[in-house]
Parts: sequence; structure tokens; C-alpha cells
Amino acid sequence: MTAGGAPLLVAERLTRHFGALTAVNGVSLDIAPRERRAIIGPNGAGKTTLFNLITGSLAPSAGRILFDGKPITGLPPHVVARRGLSRSFQRTNLFPKLTVLENLRLAAAADGRGSYSLLGGIARLPGPLLRAREAAEAVGLTDRLQEQASRLSYGEQRQLEVGVALATSPKLLLLDEPTAGMSPEETLRMTRMLEGLPREVTLLIIEHDMDVVSSLADRVTVLHYGEVLSEGSFQEVKADPRVYEVYLGSG
Amino acid sequence: MIARLAAFLVLLAAAAAFPLFAGKYPVTLLQEILIWGVFAMSLDLLMGYAGMVSFGHSAFFGVGGYVAALALTAYPGTLSALALPPLAAGLAALVIGFFSIRVSGVYFIMLTLAFSQMFYAVAFQAAWLGAEDGIVGVPRASVVGINLAQPMSFHLYLVALVALGALFLWRVVRSPFGHVLQGIHENESRMQAVGYAVNRYKLLAFVIAGMLAGVAGALYTQLVGSITPDAFLWTTSGEALLMVIIGGTGTLGGAVLGAGAFILLQSLVSSYTERWMLILGLTFILLVLFAPGGIVGALRGRVGLRA
Repeated sequence: MTAGGAPLLVAERLTRHFGALTAVNGVSLDIAPRERRAIIGPNGAGKTTLFNLITGSLAPSAGRILFDGKPITGLPPHVVARRGLSRSFQRTNLFPKLTVLENLRLAAAADGRGSYSLLGGIARLPGPLLRAREAAEAVGLTDRLQEQASRLSYGEQRQLEVGVALATSPKLLLLDEPTAGMSPEETLRMTRMLEGLPREVTLLIIEHDMDVVSSLADRVTVLHYGEVLSEGSFQEVKADPRVYEVYLGSG
Repeated sequence: MIARLAAFLVLLAAAAAFPLFAGKYPVTLLQEILIWGVFAMSLDLLMGYAGMVSFGHSAFFGVGGYVAALALTAYPGTLSALALPPLAAGLAALVIGFFSIRVSGVYFIMLTLAFSQMFYAVAFQAAWLGAEDGIVGVPRASVVGINLAQPMSFHLYLVALVALGALFLWRVVRSPFGHVLQGIHENESRMQAVGYAVNRYKLLAFVIAGMLAGVAGALYTQLVGSITPDAFLWTTSGEALLMVIIGGTGTLGGAVLGAGAFILLQSLVSSYTERWMLILGLTFILLVLFAPGGIVGALRGRVGLRA
């Protein structure tokens, strides 16, 4: 279905129940390497739950997930993250009292056994520091490295939120509404920033802002009541009458 | 940095030379402060850095104290004084930690408390541990070639060990591992999301803190020549907790200052009145209300230093 050989991420008939509610119902996804895929849908469509299933924060009730050809269903979040699958959060989820650099450095050092070093200094692990600076540059926070995260503006915190996920050097980056709560200018800046990310990083992004989706996504998946309603290019999805119905018909 | 090191060395020299100027009682007070300082610092690693408020830290103080008492009585020597107590305390911390770190917040407090009280119950009843009388008449052995029966030798040995413990912890909180602990304190779930096996780090911190608490317990046994089940009692944990809070959590140095303030106040007030607990309690309430950052927090505010 997708060009470029084996998909990077495969979700097969993922389902998750919360009591009587089925938040995600038989969702299947194929994400190709280097693809930029947007997931859209009304509130409560199961987008964030889908992310939680993929990243291991929630166990699926049914279905399975393959990443890079290997099953990752049921693995704990830190193991999933180390396989190269990193996420940002819809509600900013940082280390508020630590500096921007330290936020990024911690993320960049997560894979290394060097983090068990009891007596060495931070400077003796140059790799994470370097990757932290690269991530800072990618999200436009290079001149804020020594600022405490809690003192950043809201927009900058959102940038850092993406930066922390990026600093782990993921193969697949899952972004949960990176522009949530942002002003139009901040949204524009975030879009530019995401467009500027290296192509090797495959993107799966939940987004409400259609301008962001149209300029960023190669393909779009529409979720509705936990099921895939439509999938295709932005133009195809936009032309789908069922999508139109969901977004405008139900108001 | 240089200033801090210089201050540390000056304090160290002053502590080492203290018996030259002071009488027996003040020296014993200082020795107690130093031992409790190590104990409180080890708790501060958990509380102030990793964000794990343990109410069962007495378990490791007690294990260190009892193992030192048993070992020194049977085989006086370096191994019994320096190696076995922290190893045994570390092992106890590995077991208690394995279960306790699975929960957090108030459940972690309750579990650690329950484990330490189990140790108390065992020590209070086991005949081979001297039951409620504990183990008395523990000799001060010859350790690493130094005859500790000599009071000045013992004092220097104690000061040196406390200084080593402090330096070790000072390095640890600045190491990559220490930074991971602070990340866990700040936001445990995000640490997990970026790829940290959070529980492994917490367990390692718990074991390190336990081992140092064991060193403190062993030093205490060597100081007073005996150990009783009270070492395991929850009040031992509670006092260390108070010391950390009085001094300022997450500062290490504060833990030693807190130990000093606590022990001096206790000995001072109790020499005037039977109701010293009441006075002590009031002092703590005032301290927590008006200096929530502890002594170190207040000093930083006054002198204008930053963390």
C-alpha cells in the first residue's frame, strides 16, 4: 500500500475498552518509514488512547502492534521508547524545575548505560549533551538552554515538549496535538519547526488545526468513535463526504 | 565550587581537631551529630533527590548497628566494622526496596514503615539479638591498623568516615545517576516515556541510601558500645526525617546542619526541663511554618545564594 518497502509501524485491529466504552475499536494502521501521517477526528474519537496503546502506556484489549517488524504489544513504555518510538504529550509534560538543556539532556541520555554512573560528571557523557543541543536547535530553543522550563512562555514549553521527545533520537515521533492552546503565530512557528525536522524521523501527529495538517501530512487518517472513518491524502480525506458529515454535520 | 570545597575542608579540620579544645561531653555530642548527619544525608538522597519519602530508614540504621555489634563481638576487626554492616544493610534495602518502590507516595511511606517495624519486632524478641536489652559491651576493635580503643583515634576514624560518606553522596547527586533521580523526582512518568527503567534507578538509590544508613548504624554501635531494638523504631526514622526537613531537603549539607540543630536543641532543652519534647515540637512547627526551605533555605535567602 505504501511506497518504500516494509512499514515502520503496523497496528493490527487495535481495540481498547474502558468498561462499557470502546475507546479504540479495531483500528489498523500502516506507517511507512519517513512518512508524515496526521490523525484527525472530533474530540473523544480515541486519538490519544491510540497513542497510549502504541507507546505502551495502555495495554490493548485486543490487536497487536509491530514496530520495525517486531512485536511491541504489551511492552512497558520505557522499553518501547528505547526501540525508537518517542512521544510528546497533549498536556505539557516536562521537568519544570530543571533547565531547558537538562530537560533535553535527560531525554537524550535515556538509552545509555552511562546513566547508571555514580561518580562521573555530566560532562563525561558528551553524546547526550550533543544530542540535547541538536534537539534544542531543531525546536528553536538554542538561546534558552539555561532557562528553567517552568519560566518559558507557553509556546516555548510546547516547543520543549516536542524537543524532549525528539532528543531521544527516535525513528518514529508521535506528537499529540503539538499546537494545542497556541496562538496563531505560535502555531505557525510550530508548523515551520515540524516541517524542518529531518525526514528520517517518521511522524505520527494528532492535530486539530487543518492548516497544520494540510501543510505537514503526507497522509491523513480520520478517527471517529474509535474507528477509522477514512484514510488518504489530505485532499482525498477532505473530499470524503463522511468526513464532511462528521466535522460539520454533527457540529 | 572552590569556596564550598574550602569551607568543607575547614569544617573537616575543625571537627577533627575538636577534642583538642573541648571536653568529653561536647565531643560525644559532635560525634553523635556526625553519625546522625550521615544517616540523615542518606535519607536526603531518597527524599530530596529521588523524591522517595521513606519512613522506614531506621531498618538500615538498625541492621548496620546490629551486624556491627554481632560481628565486632565475634571477630573484632576491619571487616566487621566497615564491610559487613553496609553490606547487610544494602541487602536489607534490596529486599525492602524491591517491594516498596512498586508503590509511591503515602503507600511507599506505609510499606517502608511496616518493614522497619517488622525488624523492630524481630530484634525485640530474638534472644540471639539480646531481645529488648539489645547487644551490649561491643568492643572498639582495631580497624585498618588503627586502635580505636584510643579516643582520639576513634574520633579521627569517625570524622574520616563521615567525610568520605559526605563526599561520596556529593558526587552521586551530581553524577548522571543523580540527575536521573532528580528527573524521576520531577516527573516520573515522563522519565519512563523517554526510556528510563525508572524502578531500577529507584531501587539502586534505595540500596545506596540503605548502605550508608548501615554505616551510620555501625558507627553508632561503635560509639556507644551497644545497640538496642530502639534503633529500628519508627522514631529513629522520624527523627532523621525531621533533621532533613529542618536542614533543608535536597541539599545534603542541610541534613548535617539539621542533625546538629536537632541534637543540640535536644541536649540543651532536656537539661532544663522534662518537657523538652514539647519545646522541640513547637520549635519544629515554627521552623516549618516560617522557614520551609529549612536552615539552608533560610541561609540562601539571607546571603542571596542560589541553588
